[in-house]
Amino acid sequence: MKENELPEVEITDAAGAQVLEFEAEAVRFDYERVAALQGLSLQVKAGERIALLGANGSGKSTLLRLMDGLHFATAGTVRFRGEALTESAMEDDAFALRFRRQVGIVFQNPDVQLFNPTVFDEVAFGPLQMGWPREEILDRVHAALNWIGAEHLKDRAPYRLSGGEKKRVAIASVVVLDPNVLLLDEPTSALDPRSQSQVIELLESWNDGRKTIITATHQLEILGEISGRAVVLQNGAVVADATPADVLANTELLERANLIHSHRHLHGGVQHRHPSPYLRHEHDKH
Amino acid sequence: MSSNVLSKTVRGFSRALGRTLISEQSAHERGLLQALDPRVKLVGMLAMVTTAALARRLPVMLALFALGVVLAVASRLSLLAMAKRVWLVAFAFTAMIAFPALFLTPGVAVYRIGGLAVTAQGARSALLLITRVEAAVTLSTLLVLTTPWMHLLKALRTLLVPVEVIALLAMTHRYVVLLTETANAMFESRQSRMVGRLNGHEQRRLMVNTGGVLMSKTLELGNEVFLAMQARGFRGEVRLLTNFRLRGWDYVAMMGFAALVVTAAVAGR
Repeated sequence: MKENELPEVEITDAAGAQVLEFEAEAVRFDYERVAALQGLSLQVKAGERIALLGANGSGKSTLLRLMDGLHFATAGTVRFRGEALTESAMEDDAFALRFRRQVGIVFQNPDVQLFNPTVFDEVAFGPLQMGWPREEILDRVHAALNWIGAEHLKDRAPYRLSGGEKKRVAIASVVVLDPNVLLLDEPTSALDPRSQSQVIELLESWNDGRKTIITATHQLEILGEISGRAVVLQNGAVVADATPADVLANTELLERANLIHSHRHLHGGVQHRHPSPYLRHEHDKH
Repeated sequence: MSSNVLSKTVRGFSRALGRTLISEQSAHERGLLQALDPRVKLVGMLAMVTTAALARRLPVMLALFALGVVLAVASRLSLLAMAKRVWLVAFAFTAMIAFPALFLTPGVAVYRIGGLAVTAQGARSALLLITRVEAAVTLSTLLVLTTPWMHLLKALRTLLVPVEVIALLAMTHRYVVLLTETANAMFESRQSRMVGRLNGHEQRRLMVNTGGVLMSKTLELGNEVFLAMQARGFRGEVRLLTNFRLRGWDYVAMMGFAALVVTAAVAGR
């Protein structure tokens, strides 16, 4: 094992049950006086691939930030492997470093995540904060750049990259630390179809079955590829927690959570109405 | 100045500033100042800036300014770009501040504008202020343009500047970059929706409104950037792949800076 490799994290306990990675208990979070999360409770087990589904403003991004110890609950508790994520806990350098090493977040807007002068510096930023030896940092950064197919971009300024390249560099800048938990905020939004599938393929190739991946999204078409469990949020609370197939089958829930909208189109002069263009539907013969 | 010109100037300035700050192209040129250890450069240039600020004699300030120009050339910086982005801007702001001194400083009248007399002492004070500012701004700009920002922060840290200040500076840098990017996007978006020409009053009103929105947008984005830095383990301590190491050339530069500062301080009293 390399000097800075994370020790193998247990994903099951002695009895064979999956270990709890995150536990949110009656969490409330207010932005000034507006409640973004209202009494939200959720448990995430180690190794799970979860999709947080919800319309804009449903609280997905806020929940991810609470799970990453960037914001702190106004009421209730968020725990990571049994330890409460509080402001005072994150002020402790040892705890913060250990936590940051294990949990990584990819922001929705790659521009806020890319703040270094070159792509190489960007990917090296996290390992440098961990205080790893120079040679290991160089190895890991090159490996991460190769993995996203961006070795040729290493000397480019991140702001000059295309949307898809920015997103891949943002993912590499987090995955280079090889965390156990990856939080992704709308990883495929505003990407063209090819970039979208590149990002999904990258995430699939990274996951070895032991990683916990929590993805906030409102794109139903990628649900099956990114998750084994779907949690639907509405107005800052969990309104459904089921398999992706069950959630996708529940059009009434999806419509209520503003994840789909009625879609009308014409077929042979006959008007049809479907819950969403993204959901599978068949037509009778005309 | 018409608002259209103002809008173009702000846009051009923000683009240039964004490019300079983000890509740090000039900091990676193979020039004289770029070859120095950032700590030596930081201490040397700050000492020279302080000397320029404290000097009382015009020839000394002019000499420091001239030295700045020579160093800019030796560091492969474009004098035209320096003139447009540094010297003209510094001159405009300082001249505005110094203007009243022309008339208000008591002394011998050398020129009359209407009922107001420009005094020799007033003109000298204004000239001293402008030269001092130009010299100090030139030397500080040289430091920033020839040193990668993170190297500069690390050099400050080695001089025992507190972590909190370093974190604040790291944020400020990204904030300025975001400000310029957002300003460009807003100008372009406005341009794309404009038909015909706005009159001067409407242009100015738009500029003021844009300024307000820009400020709150960049504050929000700046905060996001800081969260993104924290999320990857940033605790205010600057870490680099390269460790600073003093070489022979740095010792020569140290002695050169010391000699220049002492000479300028003595001559400038």
